[in-house]
Amino acid sequence: MAAVFRDIETVREEEIRLQSEIDRITAHPVYSPLREPLIDESKACSDVTNDISGLLERPASKGWWILFGLSFSLLIAGIVAAINTVYFGIGTWGLNKTVGWAFGITNFVFWIGIGHAGTFISAILYLFGQKWRTSINRSAEAMTLIAVMCAGIFPILHMGRPWLFYWIMPYPNTRGSLWVNFRSPLLWDFFAISTYFTISLVFWYLGLVPDLATARDRATNKARKIFYTVLSLGWNGSNRTWSRYETVYGVLAALATPLVLSVHSIVSFDFATSLVPGWHSTIFPPYFVAGAVFSGFAMVTTLLIPVRKVMHLEGYITVQHLDNMCKITLLTGSIVGLSYLTELFIGFYSGNPNEIFVILNRMGGPYAWAYWIMFSCNAFIPQLFWFKAFRTRIPLILSLCILVNVGMWFERFVIIVTSLHRDYLPSSWAIFIPTLTDVGLLVGSFGLFFTAFLIFLRLFPVISMNEVKGVLHYARD
Amino acid sequence: MRATEPSEKTVRYAAAFFDNEHDLMAIAAEARLRGFEIQDVFTPYPIHGMDRAVGLKRSRLGWIAFVAGALGLISAILLQVWTSAYDWPLNVGGKPFNSFPLFVPVMFELTVLFSGLISIGVLFMMNRLWIMSKKKIFEGVTDDRFILVLKQEDASFDTEKAARLFKKYNAIKVMEGDKFV
Repeated sequence: MAAVFRDIETVREEEIRLQSEIDRITAHPVYSPLREPLIDESKACSDVTNDISGLLERPASKGWWILFGLSFSLLIAGIVAAINTVYFGIGTWGLNKTVGWAFGITNFVFWIGIGHAGTFISAILYLFGQKWRTSINRSAEAMTLIAVMCAGIFPILHMGRPWLFYWIMPYPNTRGSLWVNFRSPLLWDFFAISTYFTISLVFWYLGLVPDLATARDRATNKARKIFYTVLSLGWNGSNRTWSRYETVYGVLAALATPLVLSVHSIVSFDFATSLVPGWHSTIFPPYFVAGAVFSGFAMVTTLLIPVRKVMHLEGYITVQHLDNMCKITLLTGSIVGLSYLTELFIGFYSGNPNEIFVILNRMGGPYAWAYWIMFSCNAFIPQLFWFKAFRTRIPLILSLCILVNVGMWFERFVIIVTSLHRDYLPSSWAIFIPTLTDVGLLVGSFGLFFTAFLIFLRLFPVISMNEVKGVLHYARD
Repeated sequence: MRATEPSEKTVRYAAAFFDNEHDLMAIAAEARLRGFEIQDVFTPYPIHGMDRAVGLKRSRLGWIAFVAGALGLISAILLQVWTSAYDWPLNVGGKPFNSFPLFVPVMFELTVLFSGLISIGVLFMMNRLWIMSKKKIFEGVTDDRFILVLKQEDASFDTEKAARLFKKYNAIKVMEGDKFV
């Protein structure tokens, strides 16, 4: 009798132990009551699928076609300018013997900088566990890829014989083999940007695969079914796959983080390793990286505000998201402002007459208007984001972000042109005046950017459904 | 419950569908602790802690990424030193042929490139993700269904106990068959 009781007792103890083990494994995270849900509280998993995949299944709206028409006409202007450049040569640009770099390199640095926000959101915020990134990372990464493509066009055109651009790659050739010069920052640029593009592309694609599978499983028409079946690689949501997927996603985030910092540092070496006053400065790498993230966040915000409105994504990209992005713009904008002041201080403190001349020439020379546009848009305007009213009113956010974009384009213009146009030899001083081809290429790059982004909106889920589903419970239960 | 002789060794699978991650995680943990063999679980998004619930070991892909990165680094060093200092040394502005510090940026970039591309390639290979893949895809798994697949390899599989477990955690649907994954 006693033995039976003892057995029952052991079984009960065993059950209790088992239950506590299960409870330990399945413990929920506890959220502070101060946390707010990231996504509109009424959304369930199937709502996310319907809302985001549904966008791809409906025919394009009238608004989309109008925007597409506008962007595409800008792109056509750019194509005409590019053909003009290739056919007649770089002489069609406003460059001269003194100012050998102007719009082309300005646009290149500007677009590369825009790309940095996408990687910042997808990789750095991921490593820091910022779960609000899930609503915006997909479109920000798409923006990165498109911006890097826009940027890549300019150095290739600037080569003069763009059809020989592959000569920059170190491959065994019939010219010797004559190898590339690995000591040149322009070559480092090639490696940095092609690596950046490749890693951003695979990172973006890896995140897309589970969502493409969702699109595949919902597709009713044959062409769509084939398109998404091929791209989704037979994804079936298995936990073994997810487990490895998350490991690789983390690895890519850890690789992309130093990568994004390296890319704009290397771009800044194009200037910093020269002996030109105003360029020859050790502050350039951090200053360029901060400026890149700053301009990139302004561009993401500029893009997402109309997207969330037109595609009815207010429940996913909330005012809280915009508020957070404004805060990062404020932080990076303040770093940029501090860099401007540091540059001024160090210029004067150096006692070097050439450095001092460049600063005075920037502030009061023929391009002073560009300098002051840059200074006010980048150092003063973002300071308004200290006030909550400016971070939560959408028309205000949009206008400030557009001003920041303008300011950051002028920053690159000021750095490049004002340092070159009055160099060590006053007899060769010159003024750069852009030609129609220069303007056409600038406008065309915006055309390419918006056209490609609009096509992205029609082909791929604009919000990462699988990641958003994972944060639906955040601070809600 | 001896439907088949143990010697025949038929493998059958039982798939249970759930509508939320908490039930799936709890049943996965309980099924494993009660001695069931879990074939796999299928979910619309990665669930934090699921690896522990189903008893999956940590992936070794991190090491592969490290080795791939080291390979990239070595390739970059060999490429730059060999081309610049041995194969056709050129005097560029009087800099040494082997200007090692100036080779660091390309070394870094190739490390990242190799590591990223190889680890994603290995991921696709290990999970057999490719364009002609013909994997079983459960209905709703890419939308809002959470699926547990138990493997029934021998006669020790207790069907009644499994059914009780499915019921306890509110399974929406249970499917059985001999070919699932």
